[in-house]
Amino acid sequence: MTLIDLANPTRFLTLTARVLPWLAALTAILLAIGLYQSATAPDDYQQGATVKIMFIHVPNAWLSMLVWGVMSLSALGTLVWRHPLADVAAKAAAPIGAAFTFLALVTGSLWGRPMWGTYWEWDARLTSVLILFLMYLGLIALWRAVEDPSRAARAAAILTLVGAINLPIIKFSVDWWNTLHQPASVFRMGGPTLDRAFLIPLLVMALAFSLLFATLQLAAMRNEILRRRVRALQLVQAAQASQRSA
Amino acid sequence: MTALLSLIRRDIRIALRVGGGALIGVLFFLTVVVLMPFAVGPDLALLTRLGPSILWLGALLASLLTLDRLFLADHDDGSLDLIVMSRTPLELACAAKALAHWIAAGLPLIVATPVLGLLLNLDASSTSAVALTLLAGTPALTFTGMIGAALAVTLHRGGLLLAVLVLPLSIPVLIFGVAASEAAITGPLSFGTPFSILCALSLASFVIGPFAAAASLRHGLD
Repeated sequence: MTLIDLANPTRFLTLTARVLPWLAALTAILLAIGLYQSATAPDDYQQGATVKIMFIHVPNAWLSMLVWGVMSLSALGTLVWRHPLADVAAKAAAPIGAAFTFLALVTGSLWGRPMWGTYWEWDARLTSVLILFLMYLGLIALWRAVEDPSRAARAAAILTLVGAINLPIIKFSVDWWNTLHQPASVFRMGGPTLDRAFLIPLLVMALAFSLLFATLQLAAMRNEILRRRVRALQLVQAAQASQRSA
Repeated sequence: MTALLSLIRRDIRIALRVGGGALIGVLFFLTVVVLMPFAVGPDLALLTRLGPSILWLGALLASLLTLDRLFLADHDDGSLDLIVMSRTPLELACAAKALAHWIAAGLPLIVATPVLGLLLNLDASSTSAVALTLLAGTPALTFTGMIGAALAVTLHRGGLLLAVLVLPLSIPVLIFGVAASEAAITGPLSFGTPFSILCALSLASFVIGPFAAAASLRHGLD
């Protein structure tokens, strides 16, 4: 079963119809485990119980960048390999990624108020993530602006690849600039500096969020395929109606 | 080479004509700079403090406004299809068009900066610092804006979408442009660092912009 076998939309629909309930169940289980571990994690000596926002804020932030990465791969699939479902994947992922980015900004803002004393700060990390959010919104606007989905796909693919330059900027912003946001504690040279008691729930939540994205993405791709079929049927119907009246 | 030069000459000539967009940008720049003192109040010290930022913001918005003219007129009369189908590489043709657009619409903004600096109570050295950073930064705005212009060329009412698409890519140019101006005017910080990053952004956009714009035109016009 190679990637090209999934290129057939009907086969993709039947396959995901079988896989999706299991994926959703697995997501729910992992989320339950992760939330339980987050609730029972110890308090931080400095931040107290507020540190537990980290278990929601950080996975959202990681996912916001992962989704743009997935969209970039789909964009390459559209432009280079002309994979039939690549643009379906890209169109489905954009609102999901925008939601993750928005949640990352909001949970981070709520965490910042007790920790830094401010809801917002124009430092490099927050600014670059806000720019990522604006690019998500621009991408969604571009998808909706062009009538034909396959032409919209190519334009969106180019914009996705151009916007991918933001991802390393976000990742290294805390190293390159003097930021209020703390530097990297997990994905850094020399390994994570986070204590095991916090690292394990964080990784479990990250895995749960990734599976959540996979579930939502497959469901959204199914919806997009069905939406395109409805559109094709409407076009056929309109053509037949005009033929009958002519 | 002569094909590109004639493309540049043609674009400049069209832009400077009556219906062209060259001086509309300068007028919009003037409008923004004139409106700012009404918004923030006539306090001259405050205007001096905000001066570089107001000039940079006005220049960015003015170049954003004139961007859709980059491809629109050619698309309407069909010459864009001829450019896409011609033997010169489309990337070079896009770069030539962007260069012509910068000469016709970006350079007048820089020339207007000293005059508008007077309105904002900036002295000669401050204004020349801002003009220098604009000289380094407006090519980046034009070349990255070209990407949005190419994406939006086939949309009829694509002007606002173009601004939405181009804006996130222009923010770093604005940040470093204002940082360089502030460093030259007040700063304990060095002027060289943000200025060299600004130049780097422009140089990178000379490469990325034409490639992305050419890809958009090829995929969008078929």
